[in-house]
Amino acid sequence: MSDKKWAYEDFETGVSIPFGEKLVTSEEIIRFASQFDPQPMHLDEEAGEQSILGGLAASGWHTCSMFMRFICDAYLADSTSQGSPGVEELRWKVPVLAGDRLTGSSTVLDRRVLRSRPHLGMVTFRHEILNQHGVTVMDMVNPILFELRNPEMEQRA
Amino acid sequence: MSRELDALFRIGERVELGEHHFTAGEITAFAAEFDPQVFHMDEEAARDTLFGGLCASGWHSTAMWMRYNCAELNRTTALLSRDGQPLPTFGPSPGFRNLRWIKPIYAGDTVLFTRTALEYRALASRPGWLMLQLKGEAFVKGELVMAFDNAVLVKPDA
Repeated sequence: MSDKKWAYEDFETGVSIPFGEKLVTSEEIIRFASQFDPQPMHLDEEAGEQSILGGLAASGWHTCSMFMRFICDAYLADSTSQGSPGVEELRWKVPVLAGDRLTGSSTVLDRRVLRSRPHLGMVTFRHEILNQHGVTVMDMVNPILFELRNPEMEQRA
Repeated sequence: MSRELDALFRIGERVELGEHHFTAGEITAFAAEFDPQVFHMDEEAARDTLFGGLCASGWHSTAMWMRYNCAELNRTTALLSRDGQPLPTFGPSPGFRNLRWIKPIYAGDTVLFTRTALEYRALASRPGWLMLQLKGEAFVKGELVMAFDNAVLVKPDA
C-alpha cells in the first residue's frame, strides 16, 4: 500500500483541486525564453508591447512548465503518478504578461482502471490557469496515470 | 495556396531542426524548477517507476523542441534576408492538440527534432495574417518519441 497522499482512488469524477499562487516576473520570462523560445516578444519589454501580445509575455511553453509546477505542488509530487501519455488539447487563450499573478485548478473529467494493468488507473483532467483578473489564460485536457492504493478493492467493486 | 508561400513554409516537408543530447544535469535542473517528480529528479528512485530510469519532463522535451524550432527559423530568416526576400513575422500560437509523449527521453539520449508544415489559411479577423498548421516531432534512433499538432500565426511579409 502506498504512503502517498494522492492515489487513483482520490480523484473522483468532478473533484476540483485548487493550485497555489505564482507571481510571474520579467526575469523569469526572459530567462526561460533565452533558453527555449528566444523570440523578441518573450525577451524584450518594448518588442512585447509592439507585438500582438501587448507586453513582455511568457512563452506558451513557459506557461506549460509553470502549470506543471502548480500541479506538482498541489498533488502530483505526493501522489502515485506514473506519468502522462500526453495532452489532448491545450489552448493559450490570453497572454501571460510580466507581473501577472497566476493560479488555477485541476478538475477530474473522467477516470478508469486499465484493463491490461489493473493496478493502474487513467485520470483525465481539465486543468485551467487563471490570471489576477480571474481570466483563463490557458486550459487543457490531460490524462495522468496513477497507481491504485488498493487494487484488490477496486476489482471487487 | 500560392507556390511562393508553399516554398517559404516548406509545406509537406519534414524539416530537421537539429539534434540535442539530453544530459542528466539539465534534466534534473529543469525538473527542480518545473516538474520535481522522482523520475525526473533522481536516477536511483526512477528505476522503481514505470519509466525505469531518469527521464526528461515532457515539458522539457516540448520546450527543447521550441528551442531548435526557433534556431532553425532564425537560420532561414537570415538566408531570406541575405537574398533580399521579404521576411515573415511570426505571431503567437493559439495552442496545440494531440501532444503524445510516446516514449520517455532518457538521460544520455540524443533526440532529433523535426517540424512539418501541413497547411495554412487566411484569417478574416487579422488581414495579412495566416494560420499555419504544423506537426512537431522528436525521434530517438529513428523511433518517434514525441509528437504534437501545433498552429501559429504568421504574416508572410512584414
